[in-house]
Amino acid sequence: MHHLRNRRGLTTLKPNEEMQYILATDVGSTTTKARFFHIMDKEWRFYVAGESPTTVEAPYEDVTLGVRNAVREVEELTGHQILSDDGSHIVIPYDGAVGVDLYCTTSSAGGGLQMMVAGLIKMLTAESANRAALGAGAIVMDTIARDDGRQPYQKIRRIRNLRPDMILLAGGTDGGATAHVVEVAELIKAAEPRPRLGVGYRLPLVYAGNKNLGAEMEKLLSNDFALTLVENIRPVLDVENTEPARRAIHELFMEHVMSHAPGYNKLMKWTEVPIMPTPAGEGMAMQLIASTYKLNVIGVGLGGATTNIYSIVDGRFVRSVSANLGMSYSVTNVMKEAGIPNIMRWLPFKLDEEEIASSLMNKMIRPTTIPQTLEDLIVEHSVAREALRLGLNHHKTIATRLKGIRREKTLSDMFLQAIEDSYIKMMVMDIIAGTGGLLSHAPRRIQSMFILTDAFQPEGVTKMFQDSVFMMPHLGVLSTVYRDAAWNIFDKDCLIRLGTVIAPAGVGTLGERAMSVELEMPDGQRIKEDMNFGEIKLLQLPERQEAKATITPHREFDMGAGPGHKVEKQASGGVAGILLDARGRPLQLPADDAQRSELLAKWFTAIDLYPVDKLKEIV
Amino acid sequence: MCELSEAETKGGEKVSKEAYAYTPGLKVKRAMTVRKTRRLPIPGEVLVEVDDNVDHDTIVARTQISGDPEIVKAAMLIGLEPEDLPRYMTKKVGDKVAKDEVMTAYNSLFGLIKRRVTSPTDGTIESISSITGQVIVRGFPVPVDVDSYIPGKVVEILPREGAIIETNAAFIQGIFGIGGEVHGEIKIAVGSSDDELTEDRIGPGDKRKVLVGGSLVTLGALKKGAEVGVSCIVVGGVRHNDLTKFMGEAIGVAITGQEEVGLTLIVTEGFGKMRMSQRTFDLLNRYGGYMACVNGATQIRAGVLRPEIIIPHEEAHEAAGEELGGGMTPGTPVRIIRQPYFGAIGRVVSLPVELVKAESESYVRILEVELENGMVATVPRANVEIIEE
Repeated sequence: MHHLRNRRGLTTLKPNEEMQYILATDVGSTTTKARFFHIMDKEWRFYVAGESPTTVEAPYEDVTLGVRNAVREVEELTGHQILSDDGSHIVIPYDGAVGVDLYCTTSSAGGGLQMMVAGLIKMLTAESANRAALGAGAIVMDTIARDDGRQPYQKIRRIRNLRPDMILLAGGTDGGATAHVVEVAELIKAAEPRPRLGVGYRLPLVYAGNKNLGAEMEKLLSNDFALTLVENIRPVLDVENTEPARRAIHELFMEHVMSHAPGYNKLMKWTEVPIMPTPAGEGMAMQLIASTYKLNVIGVGLGGATTNIYSIVDGRFVRSVSANLGMSYSVTNVMKEAGIPNIMRWLPFKLDEEEIASSLMNKMIRPTTIPQTLEDLIVEHSVAREALRLGLNHHKTIATRLKGIRREKTLSDMFLQAIEDSYIKMMVMDIIAGTGGLLSHAPRRIQSMFILTDAFQPEGVTKMFQDSVFMMPHLGVLSTVYRDAAWNIFDKDCLIRLGTVIAPAGVGTLGERAMSVELEMPDGQRIKEDMNFGEIKLLQLPERQEAKATITPHREFDMGAGPGHKVEKQASGGVAGILLDARGRPLQLPADDAQRSELLAKWFTAIDLYPVDKLKEIV
Repeated sequence: MCELSEAETKGGEKVSKEAYAYTPGLKVKRAMTVRKTRRLPIPGEVLVEVDDNVDHDTIVARTQISGDPEIVKAAMLIGLEPEDLPRYMTKKVGDKVAKDEVMTAYNSLFGLIKRRVTSPTDGTIESISSITGQVIVRGFPVPVDVDSYIPGKVVEILPREGAIIETNAAFIQGIFGIGGEVHGEIKIAVGSSDDELTEDRIGPGDKRKVLVGGSLVTLGALKKGAEVGVSCIVVGGVRHNDLTKFMGEAIGVAITGQEEVGLTLIVTEGFGKMRMSQRTFDLLNRYGGYMACVNGATQIRAGVLRPEIIIPHEEAHEAAGEELGGGMTPGTPVRIIRQPYFGAIGRVVSLPVELVKAESESYVRILEVELENGMVATVPRANVEIIEE
């Protein structure tokens, strides 16, 4: 049940089962996207979308204008009035003629939530603080630690130049380090960081370190910062407790950060559901997939400016954000970080390096343009593979086991300081879910499935999902107050089942057997495919249908049960189908340009990735 | 945008009367009122008043930013427990201290053992901690000024923050730039908008000038410009590789303005060799010899900021069009900003409503453009920008 305001602004109560209309918006950095949901045949369904430019910047400087325009579009398309007659607010609840029963929103306008985090030891509390801030949907501008390799004056200079929205300070286990934690706090205080938005208000600082230092932190920091004390993020070394810090960050995001962004004070009055940073909403949606299927999920939001990656492995949720990997504003940064040769290796034709570089620079300075030619589209898809690959590498550095955990062996083993591998292993990931403009707008669904496959290189049997119309953040925030409605819309209207990738790990010799796959289709038909190393094949199986797959890898290959061991799994159908991928893991492309181009063209043709005639012309 | 409501039927086909889903064009104005907000990073004192006439280098506001702090591990240096530190301090919180002046003194064994900690900088004692044993010395405040950037008149004061300056000027936006605010006299360095600005066209006499090139600036010309002290180069295009070499690293994200590479560069069309728009070239040519205020700062994401050239003058305004609204209609001049017609200029012929399948197989809203050579091209609406006349 929710406290809601009626047309006159009075708070009323409407039970979930009596609701009929829900409106959700995402105030993005460039576009405000409204999604309108409605009960149809006793089921919550997506009804219609409305979009309008975000109005956070001059000359408008009021986000509610963009929200209103997007909602007006919904009104025009449906004939259903949502805004009050004077347009000053959203009518809540639906009174039989006008309004909606629930309105919620996410926001990333004006740069989202930008945080600085600090801890005592880089690999311990600072790393946990970093994960907590990322999990809350923040962009982490810098991570300060006592042992981060910088001199105090360098850290001070850095903090002075940053203009964060908020600081998260951790350090020490409960009853552990004291003086060194206070040292880090003194350093932050001395640097006098200033908030990014607004002048003359105190920067929010969340302290989530040694609980015994609460009083000391109050004394030291409460005059200069809006200080919030929460439970320790690492109460003991082998426990990471990010939830209290995450909650505090969300509350402060509303109270301090959002209230200083243009128009948000008004928007906050329009909804009783706390405004959530867009990536936090997207993360909630990914968690919804994992909790419903009870499977491990790796999700990605490949945006214009940033790439967010979410993993839920054995229930542990971790998000990473690569703030400068994206397909429009940040496309040249992908080029810079990946290198042009890495982008070019995915092209089945030859282009001049300078030509690619200049065309990507032109995309960056005019980010709203779209590829008209096939060649241009293939170049964008190549960049996407690299952005995703780099994003996943980054994610692996965040999604690590807790370090510094006490071990039972010897005293010298007490602290495990060596860098541990990430626990993100593609063999244990059951689902890959993608969202973002490039994936959603790919002219053929197999394109997004293949881009995700090339970039993430799933191993074993992996279900592939993507969103239909961008609404994961909307459904994520909705799931916090009305999970059943959110899941129903998610399942029916948002998640597109692309299909399943069946790919053994290992490398063999081109042309020699890699695996045999036997599929028992829903109609009882049996299909047997012998796949040689280097081959791919796409089999059709519609959405919401399952085939029983028996996969026998050759002795150099592994499907999860060990080299050469047979596995039996369900393969889910989808709009693209079942992709048998015997190209090996790690996927290696020939170094020779001509050979590589030929192989790529062969793969592209084998799965009908692009229009064949046109592809022949440009290859 | 909901275009259905604006559509009408023409020859059996639905066409939009006006479309808004396009990239707004860059401003190229012969005369307009330009306003600049000049703001301090933190509150301070405003030094001008409304109606004051200012030059581009007049200081309009001033403040002081607190000095850099220095952290001194005093207890550790002197061999004390942190809690004992306050007893041995010779300076208190708030005291001024000079560089190398003693802050902490410890004597024992009747003066046989003397240990001292001195200040690493001139400043004030900000804190003495008995938990960490650290002393923080704050350096003296550093003055920060904001100048008016453009000559003109003060039209509004922002109390404790700065002022808004207004002037009559020609105003040209570029698409991308590097380097910050500079000033200089405009000099056309090429014969036409199609010419390349090469090294040999730049000489010592171009010091502090705003040099206007044509379709391309070469790496040699960029280096020569920086070497002779050119303030700014304005040009149609630059090659990615040349820019990377000139800057010493590749551009990652389009947030620029802070580069210190010896000059400000403003690119008006894009990357690669691209003829400068004739209108931009003609306008710069018209004001050759005038003083220009230029800024290369570019930010594409969140609040688009484009580089600019402001040429103050006293000529009358053009009949100004609507600055904010104004859609695209048949006849509107546009530039195509993506392959396969990148850089081509033409006029809108029609704006069909129906989605059309492009060669890439994307379904897109398109428009038809008659190019300068008479050919009619079909392009996605997202791939054109309006040329503001």
